[in-house]
Amino acid sequence: MVKIQQQVLALTGDEAVAYAVKQSEVDVVAAYPITPQTIIVERFSEYVYNGEVDTEFVCTESEHSALTACLTAAATGARTFTASASAGLALMHEILYVTSGCRAPVVMTIVNRALSAPINIHCDHTDSMVERDACWIQFYAENSQEAYDSVIQAFRIAENPDILLPTMVMLDAFFISHTLESVKVFPDEVVRKFVGTRRIPMVRSHEGKLVPFKLDPENPITMGPFDIYDYYFEHKRQQEEAMQRALQIIKQVHDEYEKISGRRYGNGLIEPYRLEDAEIAIICIGSAAGTTKTVVDQLRAQGTKAGLLRLRVYRPLPVQDIINALKNVKAIAVMDRSHSFGAHGGPIFHEIRHILYDAPIHPKIVGYIYGLGGRDMPENLIHQIYNDLEKILETKRVEKPVHFIGVRE
Amino acid sequence: MIKQRGWKEVPTAGVCWVPATEYITGDWRTFKPKLEQAKCNKCLMCYIYCPDGAVEWRPEVGEIEFNYKYCKGCGICANECRQEAIKMVLE
Repeated sequence: MVKIQQQVLALTGDEAVAYAVKQSEVDVVAAYPITPQTIIVERFSEYVYNGEVDTEFVCTESEHSALTACLTAAATGARTFTASASAGLALMHEILYVTSGCRAPVVMTIVNRALSAPINIHCDHTDSMVERDACWIQFYAENSQEAYDSVIQAFRIAENPDILLPTMVMLDAFFISHTLESVKVFPDEVVRKFVGTRRIPMVRSHEGKLVPFKLDPENPITMGPFDIYDYYFEHKRQQEEAMQRALQIIKQVHDEYEKISGRRYGNGLIEPYRLEDAEIAIICIGSAAGTTKTVVDQLRAQGTKAGLLRLRVYRPLPVQDIINALKNVKAIAVMDRSHSFGAHGGPIFHEIRHILYDAPIHPKIVGYIYGLGGRDMPENLIHQIYNDLEKILETKRVEKPVHFIGVRE
Repeated sequence: MIKQRGWKEVPTAGVCWVPATEYITGDWRTFKPKLEQAKCNKCLMCYIYCPDGAVEWRPEVGEIEFNYKYCKGCGICANECRQEAIKMVLE
């Protein structure tokens, strides 16, 4: 194993993302500013101005146009990147589906921010959870380092000819995006070599020729045309297949990255923390996992068998990995930083309970909605969740399956 | 009739594997444009307006001709014809 000398920089999450994009040799960046994502494209525009990158930077008039520009550039074979958050991502909604449908491997970071109204610029996961069905691969980073690492990996994963799906890398507003941390970064040429140039698969055109899968006047093809009940369903079925293939490729890219970085995030899909013999466990995504790890350590020091399962990848959902990781757990709390109004709990809670229905294990499961609009999730509240789980373990009963934690009565 | 392929055979992203010329749109038609050559002054408005390129100009004979393989029978040509040389007749 050849470890590469890495430099430690003091970077915020947004700056770490911009740095990773700079090193990934992106052809086109089109963006529209929105807090708390703005610093990403601000820093990147400085790289462009200083001539540190050879990227076409497009300032668009809206997020809808920003993603459209990325989608169309990606369709010509370019490597593309954009970033957004909250209302900006919501405005992209239509084009998210067009991008995945055209199999355009755009990479986008979302700095998770609440949706209005009332207007709020702080962290919750509602914006990207709304888009979980758009056929974009979704990563949720725990800290700035992981945001940097995940963006570099995202280009490799999205552009893999067996996947060709757009990919979102999420980081929590302010908790990660604006917090200065020490981040280990590679020399530019290491990232350039790791990401490589975009490989374009071949496709049979309407002229019967085998041509590169990109818009090219020399070898014309048509992408995303009118596609009614006779073929639309087949194309959607292909997208599901690509999602399932991504599970394996995400792991491979993550393993390969570890060889040069020395860093791992579980198996690349899920990150269990002291979960092997845990009886009670929390499942969460994003920066809350960092606080939860501290609480798990405190509980372990007192002899409580507590653990954590962090989902690094939410789409595709690593179903089998989750089931295997939870095999010894008797009571689970699923933390959602978003809510599906009128439903029975948050989206991650739904899916965890759903996938365990056919699993050989049947632990008790409760859901907690927390931290909406950037409400803090301190250690004492996480202790409270583990206390509730201990009670469930004793009584073997779930009094109330869905809770709102950290909200004033 | 083009054979319908399964999802494992279809190119991704809706890439067309046959040219659009193999999609015969002429059978959509209810009304058919009919030209009275004597009234036609060769202004070619019908040729310009046809959304399907189904009006063909034949320079060798100096006449226009409808391509019924693709003409959907929309009637735009008849509507635009200043000479009223095109009539839409039931198929």
